[in-house]
Amino acid sequence: MTLDAFLLLAAALFSVGLYGALSQQSIVMLMMGLELMVNGIVVAGGAFWYYIAPGAADGQVLVLVAVTVMALEMAMGFAVVTALFRARDADLTDDAEDLRG
Amino acid sequence: MQVAAFWALAVTAVASGVAVFRVDSMARATFALLASFLCVGGLLLLLDLHYLGALVVLMMIMEMLVMAVFMVMYMMNPAGLMPMTMIHNGRWALGISVAVFAALAAGIVLTPWPPRRGAPPDDPTYALGEAIMGPKMLVMMGIGLAILATMIGSVVLSTDRGRYDREDPR
Repeated sequence: MTLDAFLLLAAALFSVGLYGALSQQSIVMLMMGLELMVNGIVVAGGAFWYYIAPGAADGQVLVLVAVTVMALEMAMGFAVVTALFRARDADLTDDAEDLRG
Repeated sequence: MQVAAFWALAVTAVASGVAVFRVDSMARATFALLASFLCVGGLLLLLDLHYLGALVVLMMIMEMLVMAVFMVMYMMNPAGLMPMTMIHNGRWALGISVAVFAALAAGIVLTPWPPRRGAPPDDPTYALGEAIMGPKMLVMMGIGLAILATMIGSVVLSTDRGRYDREDPR
């Protein structure tokens, strides 16, 4: 168990989540990708706390924030999907590309 | 023992993370994601973060059970009756995420990380509580406000009528 191993795990989780967020058609599956990305941040925050600065609580606070972000992201995501679905029967990202640049 | 547990949890976390986007059923994907979260909770326990590890485990079990209901609601390809591809732009997405992983891994391996400063407190949970009730109070207040805003925002977004609308306008 080293800091590098933990950070590589975090990077792997983040990249898998990024793949999901970029590639999934369903908006709820896209949110699963975002959750996996935040999951990687949780691992990295815990590892930084333990291996770099265990004396200060900063890493723990970061993990707390990341866990909260996960829960809030899911709640808001489902609210947006529900609103979209109600307004125009859309549950795919391709049906909601009004802001496409 | 700890090293073996680390590798087992780490490999399972990434494998179930990959499984989220490989399985056909979105309900199965939810439980694959739950497995990944549980492994991360176990890893936090390995790092002596007992409170945060237990928090991740308990919170993610509840969150994924709620998520499973929504997944069934918005499921593409219900019961495997409509085989379809659930991805678009797969090649680009794969390329970008592999490149991001390579860049992150290079940064992780090449960065000279500073040596460890200080020792873990006897009770990390106590230290966390003191931090968020003391010098990190602003973080806690921000989290509280964000949770309140989310509660209001999600209700406003997901109801189909406003405060003064009648349920059946006559």
